[in-house]
Amino acid sequence: MKIHEYQAKAILKKYGVPVPRGEMAETREQVEAAARKLFDAGASGVVVKAQIHAGGRGKGGGVKIAKSVDEAVELGSKILGMTLVTHQTGPEGRVVRRLLIEETLPIEKELYLGIVIDRVEAKPVFMASAAGGMEIEQVAAENPDAILKEYIEPGMGLEAFQARKLAFKLGLKPSQINEAVRLMTGLFRAFQGTDSSLVEINPFVSCSDGRLFALDAKINFDDNALFRHPDLRELRDITEEDPLEVEASKYSLNYIKLDGNVGCMVNGAGLAMATMDIIKYAGGMPANFLDVGGGANAEQVTHAFEILLSDKNVKAVLINIFGGILRVDTLATGVVEAAQKTHIQLPIVLRLEGTNVEAGREILKQSGLNFIVAETMKDAAEKVVAAAAN
Amino acid sequence: MSILVDKSTRVVVQGLTGREGTFHAKACAEYGTKIVGGVTPGKGGTTHEGWPIFNTVQEAVDKTGADASVIFVPPPFAADAIMEAADAEIELIVCITEGIPTLDMVRAWEYLQNRRSRLIGPNCPGIISPGKCKIGIMPARIHLEGSVGIVSRSGTLTYEAVYQLTTRGIGQSTAIGIGGDPIIGTNFLDALELFNKDPQTEVVVMIGEIGGNAEETAAEYVKSRMKKPVVGFIAGQTAPPGRRMGHAGAIISGGKGTAAEKIKAMEAAGIRVARSPADIGETVVAAMGVGAKA
Repeated sequence: MKIHEYQAKAILKKYGVPVPRGEMAETREQVEAAARKLFDAGASGVVVKAQIHAGGRGKGGGVKIAKSVDEAVELGSKILGMTLVTHQTGPEGRVVRRLLIEETLPIEKELYLGIVIDRVEAKPVFMASAAGGMEIEQVAAENPDAILKEYIEPGMGLEAFQARKLAFKLGLKPSQINEAVRLMTGLFRAFQGTDSSLVEINPFVSCSDGRLFALDAKINFDDNALFRHPDLRELRDITEEDPLEVEASKYSLNYIKLDGNVGCMVNGAGLAMATMDIIKYAGGMPANFLDVGGGANAEQVTHAFEILLSDKNVKAVLINIFGGILRVDTLATGVVEAAQKTHIQLPIVLRLEGTNVEAGREILKQSGLNFIVAETMKDAAEKVVAAAAN
Repeated sequence: MSILVDKSTRVVVQGLTGREGTFHAKACAEYGTKIVGGVTPGKGGTTHEGWPIFNTVQEAVDKTGADASVIFVPPPFAADAIMEAADAEIELIVCITEGIPTLDMVRAWEYLQNRRSRLIGPNCPGIISPGKCKIGIMPARIHLEGSVGIVSRSGTLTYEAVYQLTTRGIGQSTAIGIGGDPIIGTNFLDALELFNKDPQTEVVVMIGEIGGNAEETAAEYVKSRMKKPVVGFIAGQTAPPGRRMGHAGAIISGGKGTAAEKIKAMEAAGIRVARSPADIGETVVAAMGVGAKA
């Protein structure tokens, strides 16, 4: 689960990680109040930052500096409501509904800090780089040695000596080291305490007066661990998500909207990806990824169907089910119910295999509905692509 | 032969009394797997579907001589169940549970180091040596005993591969689903090493997907050490970057973990990679040097 920068910073603050002073604003009035407060407190300028769940906001025109309250209000009014397009939003962009109004700082150096799970070592890795601010992925690709790494022993935290090693290698001044250790160990405690899958501070800044700050903050939570963090679940902003994906998540369906016109419903993530691939090989484009999971019931299948069909780009549907836990007769019952309920006019290609497949095929036959039955994945892909083209 | 499981494997089911545990334990037993009992804390001393239930894995091992365990307990308790099985020195732990928090798995993975247990999964369909033993949730009837070893990150895609082989009259030595999570107990490399040593296995099919670099690491092994032909497939060739495709581990991040990179590494190692998932069976046929029967 993704959260906004202002929410991430509130979490970091709780763990003792210094962040710039600032407030979230949703209206022109709130922008004015927040900016006035900062200028009154001695800020020399304020940053108006669009809050969307995507990177590249600065380049897209969603981050501006104001030298006065009036300028902040003017910029804030422009950014609020605008559709921000960045390299991470896709061409349709995202509507900006919230801003973060923050004090500017006398930045001297832009560094990078990040924490992720290293799959090979099977433990968290704390990364740091003196090359912050720019595309860190590019740095990692072109100059991997520029990324410093400290692995975290399971059951322990980032130890002070590890943080010190990183801080010295980042080139921080001796007078800044203790503060850097406090900040970095706090950052790891935030990662652990919130069951995050990613914590990223880019840039982590060193100011001319020696102070250190998390100038930006990105936190992604581990969805599997949210059951033990009801408070974090509250931070979800569904306006940042695709409405169909939100709807799907209500029924524990895994749906990702794509750009094509062949809707697909598959059980299992691997088979769902492979189904997308084979549609493309047959000359079509998948409209979505949809994994109904191993244990889906008829009701879930019905919902899955409705979600698929509410994408208006869909011209034909491919249902590819290899029943293991999910029994084919259960799936067939759901499909028939959904088809009747939604009065579907689109061609549906079915490829069913696995547990109780005979019973499933019988249910489809008895339904009197006009399904196109396919034998193999290849056959199914070719039939559905042909159907979508008509 | 086959790998890891055979007719002598004695299995205890952690979470046997739950709905999923009951359903699949019965299916495994019907297949011929020696299910020797179950563990459900608090229900020790009772029986369920004729099987004795124990409070702890240790007790189950002491009383039944179990050397394998299969875990169906809910995600919040699954990592603990893995560690309990390892503590009782269970040789093979198969964790079916999907949705275990990653930091829980970090602890369990660490706990398994320097212990004698091997973990398969979590978030996997399990393992089957056709004709001998099935520990998992895969549909038994699609399998056929034979000489092809299969290792895969995905459940249903494994079934698809197995089905394509069986309908061509080609049997399998052992099929392992290693799971779609970022942290798993047995990876491609481990499975390839086991298949390399297994006399029954003549060809290995490796089914990967986007995310991570386990396929690349396995490809290096194939290049330098593998004595048997390997056939591969990578799911997610059309997946968009930055999106988690169902599996927690299936995500292209920072331009890494793409299908193109994996296919390139695998082909460079001499692995025959089927581009279309429909061609996995045919590619195995080509690798075996025999004609298709269907």
